[in-house]
Amino acid sequence: MTMTILLGAYVFMLAAFLGFQIIAKVPALLHTPLMAFTNAISGISLVASLHAAGAVHYSTTSRVLGCVAVICATINVVGGFLITDRMLKMFRKKPGAKP
Amino acid sequence: MMALLSSGGETGGVRFVHVAYLVASFLFLLGLRGLTHPDSARRGTLFAAMGMLVAVVGTIWPHEGMSYGYIVAGLAIGTVIGIPMGLKIPMTKMPERIALSHSFGGLAVALVGVVEYLQGNAQSDKFHMGATGFEVLLGALTFTGSIMAFGKLQGILPGKPSTFPFQNFITVGALVVAVAAIVYMIFVPTAAPVFYGVFGLALILGVLLVLPIGGADMPVVICLLNSYAGLAAAASGFVFDNNVLIICGALDGGSGFILALLMSKAMNRSFANVLFGAFGSDSAAAAAGPAKTGVAVNEATVEEAAEVLKASSSVIVIPGYGMAVAQAQHAVRDLAGILEKNGTRVRYAIHPVAGRMPGHMNVLLAEANVPYDQLFDLDQINDDFASTDAVLVVGANDVVNPAAKNSPGSPIYGMPVFNCDQAKAVLVLKRSMNPGFAGIENELFIHPKTMMVFGDAKQTLSKIVGALKEGH
Repeated sequence: MTMTILLGAYVFMLAAFLGFQIIAKVPALLHTPLMAFTNAISGISLVASLHAAGAVHYSTTSRVLGCVAVICATINVVGGFLITDRMLKMFRKKPGAKP
Repeated sequence: MMALLSSGGETGGVRFVHVAYLVASFLFLLGLRGLTHPDSARRGTLFAAMGMLVAVVGTIWPHEGMSYGYIVAGLAIGTVIGIPMGLKIPMTKMPERIALSHSFGGLAVALVGVVEYLQGNAQSDKFHMGATGFEVLLGALTFTGSIMAFGKLQGILPGKPSTFPFQNFITVGALVVAVAAIVYMIFVPTAAPVFYGVFGLALILGVLLVLPIGGADMPVVICLLNSYAGLAAAASGFVFDNNVLIICGALDGGSGFILALLMSKAMNRSFANVLFGAFGSDSAAAAAGPAKTGVAVNEATVEEAAEVLKASSSVIVIPGYGMAVAQAQHAVRDLAGILEKNGTRVRYAIHPVAGRMPGHMNVLLAEANVPYDQLFDLDQINDDFASTDAVLVVGANDVVNPAAKNSPGSPIYGMPVFNCDQAKAVLVLKRSMNPGFAGIENELFIHPKTMMVFGDAKQTLSKIVGALKEGH
């Protein structure tokens, strides 16, 4: 048990460090798409929501709450990736045709 | 539950889901790295979306004890709402859109935490109880805090800071009580009312935290809420011993935090000052001193403005929130197009806190087909104003206020601002002479070099374009 927690802490530390390094390199130009992007990937909480909604041995209340969580997380995943791509599509070096 | 999502299980199905999470984590990092350059950013987004698909398929892969009714319903409803939220919302509404999605993210995480408690999983040991407590606290306060931010941005709630006596004391007190309650839960995990108390208190806390924050401070708040949403997801990763949740939470939390730091640095303010300063409230306006009335303003007509621009060989455009409000980005681009045809060099100077979220102006100008190599940060362009013929300020205020450099008494003193006053001429498009949200007088508007053109930015720009076309 303690080992699992410690491993989790390692993963958090390494991911946070790596994240800082990469994100510091994202130009100010792309800060809004960056927020939309991180918002979309934080929709990964979907995997936890899916489990709560799908576990047969859970109470109905739990599974309904899980279902609401699935809805919220799915909105972020689907909407988040779509809007990130929609924004990024607009960033062009040369003035070109409308997308 | 633990066996399923944790790394402890040994069955084939569990191993499959863990490989899926590993692949997903890699794709997320690859995707994030893509965002470091505009040319690779779309590919990066695609990688990350594939990562998400792998993680979801891995999770719902058929296994014992799983039924699909609620899963399919949730995914279907979420997709139906998510598609228009991704495709239909106008770029000018991006800050509202992002605030709203933080609230969804916060709610999802908080609800999962409640389910864990309802099912008795959270109570299995002290560590998981604590992690669930923080998951619910962060998730719930992100939920209501983001709804408040959305309301303020959308204009449903007053954009000015709302203050009441002992506000900061009450907010900090509520936070301390919530954390103390989580500590209590760690030792007495059966105390259900305390658990739901934390949930309720966190909902109130989210409201309290955003209530005293004014419109122009929204960039920092949105970034901080981004960070809280990420930390909530990371906490849920600890609840489930699930590394992909921890990784994404850390990336999201770290990203929000970095952006918040950049934003507050660009305003020369500390987090504490942003969160508890009630900047731009009536008291701050009063401290700025009585408004100077009867100062001679050099008001110019559209034709005069057009003449100045026509005679300039280099122009720097400084967009602000006013451009977003007037939806004037396309008109700005039209004007730039005509000037460029005349051989004028047009560039755009974008302050980190211009607009209501980081990068807001860049997205609007990109939407209007402005090539991104004409968009410059504060540091990149600030030395070039001295060699520039004309500056065109479109709906920006505080970021061009020389008081930040010259008046130690000003509330924005020390904030890095554009050196507009070094250019040969300054044109300011503004709705009226009303001071900005912070109630701070802007000396640039009464500077001898400055010409003020009053009216709706979009209409004024179209008129200038018309005047320039006639002149040919």
